[in-house]
Formats: sequence, C-alpha cells, structure tokens
Amino acid sequence: MLNLRGRATGLPAASLIQDVWPVRGPDAPPREDEACLVPVGAVPVPGFGLYLAQPGTAQAAYLGLPVVALPPDLGHLRPGDVLHTNPNATRLSVLWKASARHNSLLLTERCDNYCLMCSQPPKEREDGWLYDRALRVIACTPEDAQTVCLTGGEPTLYPDRLLALLSECARLRPAMRVLLLSNGRRFADPAFARAYAALDQPGLMVGIPLYAGEEALHDYIVQARGAFTETVRGVLNLGALGQRIELRVVIQKHTVDHLAEIAEYICRNLPFVEQVALMGLEMTGFARSNHDEVWVDPYDYREQLASAALRLRAARINARIYNHQLCTLDRRLWPLSVKSISDWKNTYAEACQSCSVREQCGGVFSTSRGRVSEHIHAISEECENGVAVGADRRR
Amino acid sequence: MTMSLAMPSPDTTGEWEFLPFSFDHLDEATVLMTNLVGEQIFLTNDEFDQVRSGVPRSSSLKRRLASVHILRRRGESLPVELLAMKLRTQNRRLAQSTALHMFVVTLRCEHSCRYCQVSRQASSNDEFDMSPDTALRGLEFAFRSPSRSMKIEFQGGEPLLNFPMVRYVVEKAKELNREADKDLAFVIASNLVLLDDEILEFCEREGIYLSTSLDGPSDLHNRARPRPGMDSWERVVDGVKRAQDRLGPHRVSALLTTSAASLDRVTEIIDTYVGLNLHSIFLRPMSPYGFALRPRSGRSYEVERWLSFYAAGLDYIIELNRNGYPILETWAAIIAKKMFTNDDSGYVDLASPAGIGLRALVYNYDGGIYASDEGRMLAEMGDLTFRLGQLGEATYDDVMLSEELLAPQMTSLTHSAPMCVTCAYRPYCGSDPVFHHTTQGDFVGHKPTSEFCQRNLGVFRLLTQRARRDPYVRELFIDWAHSC
Repeated sequence: MLNLRGRATGLPAASLIQDVWPVRGPDAPPREDEACLVPVGAVPVPGFGLYLAQPGTAQAAYLGLPVVALPPDLGHLRPGDVLHTNPNATRLSVLWKASARHNSLLLTERCDNYCLMCSQPPKEREDGWLYDRALRVIACTPEDAQTVCLTGGEPTLYPDRLLALLSECARLRPAMRVLLLSNGRRFADPAFARAYAALDQPGLMVGIPLYAGEEALHDYIVQARGAFTETVRGVLNLGALGQRIELRVVIQKHTVDHLAEIAEYICRNLPFVEQVALMGLEMTGFARSNHDEVWVDPYDYREQLASAALRLRAARINARIYNHQLCTLDRRLWPLSVKSISDWKNTYAEACQSCSVREQCGGVFSTSRGRVSEHIHAISEECENGVAVGADRRR
Repeated sequence: MTMSLAMPSPDTTGEWEFLPFSFDHLDEATVLMTNLVGEQIFLTNDEFDQVRSGVPRSSSLKRRLASVHILRRRGESLPVELLAMKLRTQNRRLAQSTALHMFVVTLRCEHSCRYCQVSRQASSNDEFDMSPDTALRGLEFAFRSPSRSMKIEFQGGEPLLNFPMVRYVVEKAKELNREADKDLAFVIASNLVLLDDEILEFCEREGIYLSTSLDGPSDLHNRARPRPGMDSWERVVDGVKRAQDRLGPHRVSALLTTSAASLDRVTEIIDTYVGLNLHSIFLRPMSPYGFALRPRSGRSYEVERWLSFYAAGLDYIIELNRNGYPILETWAAIIAKKMFTNDDSGYVDLASPAGIGLRALVYNYDGGIYASDEGRMLAEMGDLTFRLGQLGEATYDDVMLSEELLAPQMTSLTHSAPMCVTCAYRPYCGSDPVFHHTTQGDFVGHKPTSEFCQRNLGVFRLLTQRARRDPYVRELFIDWAHSC
C-alpha cells in the first residue's frame, strides 16, 4: 500500500507555472515544465520548473530554486511518475506511478447511476476540467507507458471532452492500452456509439457493469430507472460496431444468487463481449455506508461464483475474477483470478504472511479497512509438476 | 457518507405480459419452460401453477421469467429485439445454403454389410463408377451454392475403389475454388481397407479428413460387416492408427452403426474407441433405409431399447470425461449447441426448414441429384420422391426451386407442424420429411407414432435432465457445444 497524497513542508515554495509535473531524475536535461527529484547529497542542476527534495536534504543547496520538501510518505516517488501540485505546492498528489500495474485517471465525479455499493460516490458539480488535467497527465507519462484506466463517475457525461481525450491519448501514446470504465448508458445513443467506434483504437476497451439479467434488479442496484435497458442497448450497439467490451459484475448481497442467471444472460444475449470481470466489493464509499445492504462474505458465495465463471469459460468467454483472495475461491477458479487491486491500495491480511500462494494472490483492499472475508487463511502448498496440491491450513 | 434510496427494492409492479413459450413436465416435480429460441428455465409445480393462471404473483419468479424473455413489461421492446437477434443468428445458415456436397464416386464395395443403406455392387463392376464428366458437372453445380463454406464428402460404396475420381474431384474443386474462394474441406467416408501410403500421402498433402465406420469390438464389427477374410475390424483399426500417425489425431474420426446386437454392449463399444485414442463417438440410431429396411436386417429393435442404450452410453462417456479422458458424444454435442448457444452445427437431420437440399446435396455416380443420402437410397429401392434431377439436364435453379425439394420443405416446417409447434424442444429439433415419407407415407408424419419424434424427445429430455442434475455435466455439454 502506498500513500499518494501528502503535504509539502519545511521549505519555502514559489508560486508555480503549472500543476501537472513529470518527475525526472537529477541527470535529465533541465526543462522548466518538468520536476526534478534530487537525491540526498546531490547538487541540483538549475533549469527545472520544480525541485522535489528528498527528506533530509540540506536546504542550502536549493537557494533561489522553486523547491518543495517531499513528505516521508511520498518517498516512493521515482522518475517517470507524474505529480500534481496546488499553486504554491503545499499539497502534492501522485497521479501516475510508472512502476504500477494499474494507473487510473479520474475524469469526473458526476454520475447518472447511484449504485448501492459505489466505492467512489458521485458528486454533482461541474468538473469538466478534470479531462484537461487527464490529458496533461497522459502527455507527461513515460513513452513506454503500457496501460491506463479512465474512470469516474461516468466519463461519458462529457461526451465531447471524452472523445477528444481518447483521440489525444491515441495520438500521444499509440501503444498504450486504454480501459474506459462506463455504465454504458450513453452508448445506447447510436450516434455516440458510432462516434466512439470511429476513433478506431485497437487498444481501447470499455468496461461496463451489468448486475442482472433483467431490469428490476439492475435498476434497483444502480438506483436508476431505465438504466438496464440503456446499458444493454449500449453494449449491443458497441458489439455491432466491433468494439472491445468487458462486462463487470460486482458481487454483492443482491447479485449473489443471480450470478448463474447473469452468466447465462451474457452467454446468450451478449456472447460477443471480450471478457467478463466478476468482482469482489471494495468496502468503501457507499459500500461501507450500505454495509448491511451489500456485504456478503466471498467464501459464502464461492459455489455460485464458480458456477458462473465456469459457465462463461465453457462458452469461450474470458471470465476473470477480480478482487478476490485465492483462499476464498474454488480452486478451479485460481487460473481465472487476476491481481486486480491497484498497488497503492493493495495489502495483505495478517494470515497471509505464511501463505504459500501469496505471490499469485490479489490480496485485499486497504481501503476496505479490514472488512474482508472472515475465511482468509494461509495456504500451504506443495507443487507437483507445476500443479498446486496440498491442503488449506486453517487457523 | 450515507445515501437515501430512491428505489427501496427491485420494482416488479406494473403491467406484464407473456412472450411465446412452451413447456414440458420434465419429471414429477419439475416443469421445463423454453422460450422462443430454446433457452431453458425450470419451475416447480407451484410456480408453474402461477404461470398457468396468468402473470405470476411472485416478484422473483417474474424476474426469472423476464431474464429469459418469457415475460416482459407490457410493450417493452428490448426483450423482443434480443429474441429477434438470437432467432436471426440461429437461422443465419438459411441464406447460406448448401454447405455439404456428397459425391458418390462409386457404388462398388468389397464389404457386404447386412445393414448397408446403399445398394452396393460387386467390386469389379465398374459401370457403377462416376465418370470425370459427371464429377465435373457435379462440382459446377455445387459451386453455385451461396454457402461460404463447402465440404465435399466422398461416399460410396467404397470411394477408395475409385480413388482416381477422388483425386480428380479434389484437384478440380481446388481449381474452381481459386475464383470462388470458399472455405473448402474434403472428407472421405471409407472403411479404410484400401488405405495405402499413396492415398495417405494424398490426404496429408491435400488436407483431407477421413471418416470411417467402427461398430465396436471385433466380433460385433465383423459380424455386421462381412468381407472376404472376415477381417474388417482388424483392417479398420490398422487404418485408423496409420491415419492418426500420418495425418494427426484430429483428421480421422469414426462412426458407429448401431444394430440390435449392439444394444447391450455400449461400454465395450465405447472402450474400443478409447482404445484407439479416439476422442469422439457418434451413438447414432440406425436409419430405416437401404438394406436396413429389409426383413432380417437386424433392425428390429424399438426406440425404447435404443434410448436405454444411448443413456447408458452417454453416462459412461460422462464418467470417462470426469475421470480425465476427454471424449465427446457427437449427437449430444449437436443438440447441446442448439440448447446452450444461439448457434447451430448445420447438422442435416435437425433443421427446420429440413436440411435436405438446403444443407446437403448428393451427386450419384450416374449423375442423379438427390436431396439427401437417404433420398438416394430410396431411389435405389425404386422410390424417386427425393430425386431432384439429372446433372447436365437440370440447372441449379431448376433443382433448388423444384417442387420435389420445396414441397417437402414447405409442408414439414416444425414451426407449423402439428405437435411440433407447441413442443418445448422444437428449437433443438427439426423436420425429417425423408424419414416420415419412408416410415409413415407423408412428409410431416404423425408425431405420436413417429420414431423420429420419440427418439428425439427421449434424447432431449435425457440431456436436459443430466445437465440439470449435475453442474459438471452441464459444463461438459456446453464445452461440447462449443467444440462441434
């Protein structure tokens, strides 16, 4: 788990010319639109727009330069990362970790769904500027950046800004894979779906949540009447245009007994989707406040999950299990389990310390603050011809 | 952070209405309902009582029925659009008629099988061979079919007795395909007795598949397939092994012909296939054609006995899979594809409109064009009902629009045939006007006494029950559905 925010302290800071900074090492050629990370003891080369002093660096070396002292929590900052600052650089946040498996950019906090288990509850206020900031971040990413997740809120609520951003992404980082998280409703509009498809980006995939095989339950879970029909129509439109789609099924109290039905619905009605993510809860935001309404222990639904995942797999649909610990899963699902939790909020339970499959396991959300399966336990394993055998070691 | 719920629970109030469905009392406690395209849902008797008296009271039952498009909110269009999409997908082959073209390159055979569906001729009698001229006309006719894919199957008699004609057709077809650009495949249906290195090399080079007959253990096989030396089994086993070595395991498959003597020996039969490292088996019932219809042909077993044979075989195959030997039962796979996907394998005998002509055409050695292999066999017995014309005389349009083809098609659609129209298994089934013409004297048939209907119903119910009771089996069937 990593802290991505911190307050700069200790050294005076000038007012800065910009808010999004690519972080460079001390040997990089100085540019005023880049920030320089100076290790302890090194002498800063003039010419950068901002200097980031490691904790313990002598103040004297920076006389006359725009410098901030990194708080200890941000000691993980490395060249290639992207940093956001407020105008006088008292508040810092890391928007991109070059070393991370996943980097997400928030495009808006507005949403037209209001899901019972939303981990990032929507806020209704104009925030279209976030698309501009996301674009500046993309421009600052390392040229070999592999993947980005564009998230919200509901990114399609600003359709023109979104399409412009996607188009710029492709221009700036043609090889980068882009996962757009959307509730899919806007794609029910054929004109918007066509405009999206016209971007013609092979690395672009849209992740769309589906919580039922019929309207009443889905609409209840997302607290929006008519959402199911729009979402399914959106998926159908995107499918007809040959777009890459991941369906996302968040497993919670209301979906748990319908997992097989949802899998069946997908296999029969939306079999053209590229993959289906079966996702464990992140117990933060509304999921936390609606705890009793949504929480169910993954261990208690392992059979339903296995049946849904194997149904999809038998239909040659790529089923992926997100946010689950291997010890809570039917072993047949281990090969489908993905380490999906972003590094910065990824942690392990105490029981995991002696676990033999910890390296393959996705761990738990630190953001769930301990609200995890009560059945997390270490697995002791011997490997035979590369196949894991052996018994679970219960505490 | 708290939220107030605009919708306090899933809302199933308002007006609902039914979309088309059928049902079957699967067992004492269970009713199977299928929607317009064959998706299944299982109801308890109590739940079904609710359905019988109108829109169900139970909210969860309403939702379950809605998820399979049996129930919708009044006027809601998405379920109908989805059903239409699935129906379109299931029927997309209609605009892609005919994919399978059978060339009977000779009627000669050196076997004298008791059941034989075709009137074979002694193996020295070359007046029953197809001529190059006829073969070329057959190919030109076949290439008129709109289907993007084309499978040419060599039939006999024993086609390897006229191997020069096999070679000629393959070479000519590839030549014609340079312009037509279809997905072209070849299968030789052979007893493999004559399979020599030259033929194997040809098959390897040209990418040809081999399909042979294997009835089970040697005594069963040899009794059903007499030939000089009574060594048919030894020769086919040897042929399968050599073909597997040379062409690869996936390029040779075997077909089973069931006779009354097979009925108590299904595990032995399957073990023979496993022993040969074969990974599919087709537990077919015997068809009522050719010599098989004649008295003392060994066909005098009833549907019930065959169904027990099939069930025992299927269960044994399931256990083989469970224990780690993957083997697929072809008929179950064909039906599973219709049951669990929106796709269809193109199998001729389970289609409506019927597969005759639209899915398969047969070119006899003498240039006769037939709507199916069975239609050709009837002609050999003097019934010319399914003879569609003569190569060189009738044009493609003449044949495909002929009364001989359209009349059996149009009268036998399962969407309108009595009893088929309400059958819960209709989406998996098809019409077989040749069978019903042969056994009952009309294209539609009388379903309560139709062996075709009894046998298919039995298999549909069996597969449905097995899949419902055991998630492993359901998954296995779905896997088969996607492998065939």
